[in-house]
Amino acid sequence: MSCFAVKRGFLNGVKDMERLTEEQIERYSRQIILPEIGGVGQRKLLETRVLVIGCGGLGSPCAFYLAGAGVGKIGLVDSDAVELNNLQRQILHFTHNLGQPKVDSAKEKLQALNPDIEVVPYHLRLTSENIREVIEDYDFVVDGSDNFPTRYLVNDACVLSNKPFCHAGILRFDGQVITIIPLQGPCYRCLFPEPPPPGMVPSCQEAGILGAVAGVLGVIQATEVLKFALGKGELLIGKLLVFNALEMSFRKLTIQRNKQCPVCGDRPTVTELIDYEEFCNLI
Amino acid sequence: MKVKVRIPNVLQKLTEGKIEVYATGQDIKELIDNLDKEYPGIKGRICDESGNLRRFINVFVNEQDIRFLDGDKTQLKDGDEVSIIPAIAGG
Ligand SMILES: [Zn+2]
Repeated sequence: MSCFAVKRGFLNGVKDMERLTEEQIERYSRQIILPEIGGVGQRKLLETRVLVIGCGGLGSPCAFYLAGAGVGKIGLVDSDAVELNNLQRQILHFTHNLGQPKVDSAKEKLQALNPDIEVVPYHLRLTSENIREVIEDYDFVVDGSDNFPTRYLVNDACVLSNKPFCHAGILRFDGQVITIIPLQGPCYRCLFPEPPPPGMVPSCQEAGILGAVAGVLGVIQATEVLKFALGKGELLIGKLLVFNALEMSFRKLTIQRNKQCPVCGDRPTVTELIDYEEFCNLI
Repeated sequence: MKVKVRIPNVLQKLTEGKIEVYATGQDIKELIDNLDKEYPGIKGRICDESGNLRRFINVFVNEQDIRFLDGDKTQLKDGDEVSIIPAIAGG
């Protein structure tokens, strides 16, 4: 009996295991061994397509773990180039990538980690014109953007396209994350109906972020994606998870669908996508 | 009613850096008025000119959104925990 045959014998979902290569079985063995995953779950991950919006503090750790886990297709959206002040937290970019588009730098690392998956870079800024076309090819969207206009655009486009997504936001030592399955649970506008007007949020210079806080939230987003793809566990639907690094506290707040929600309520007022004015990048 | 109020990072400048403060009030409206006496300016950050909660800030009493309780008339009791949660966009 070959070594692989022995290994196959230990793992569940024998039929599905046969659809994995020996290399895949070895690469993913530490998660295939989990009863919640097995060969069946690994096939599901390999067939899942995830769009990560933003290759920054949230998108980097999130995409890294998705690639490691063998999520079969990862789309990356970002219009920016790598800057020195990004490297403190955006772990997909290295010093030698300075000046390169973030999507190319990120793709280089993800493919080096896992050549078994497909990584598709989108070097563009999402707008009301292009977002629905970009998200169409994916099963799940991760919002790791860094500004309110994009966040509301992502929410509205996902609700109007009935696309599940995971939202996270970070500032200084605080983080928030929620998973949104349109119409099943509340959306981001159910929680916060409108973006803040200019002047109501701390200025770009005042804001700051601890790199590790971005890592915590990005990895939570990756975990939500993997659970969604596997159909296992409870997602953060209708739950806003609020993290504070200084206290090292996690609190889950209950969020309900809002009948007056501008986009998913009974009488929606947002029926077309809006490009809000950019007033501050809270990076 | 004396309750614990959790202050988000963006408002901690107004509470001398405190993450948690204690305040009193029969309901949320009175609580915010009292908070503003102790920490001037905080009400203006949470509520608009007409005194309504801003649309990018929510208040929770023990994990429940006051918009689905009695809004700013939500009654408070000793030991309640109130959280002020603003939208944050960094990434
Ligand atoms: Zn909604």
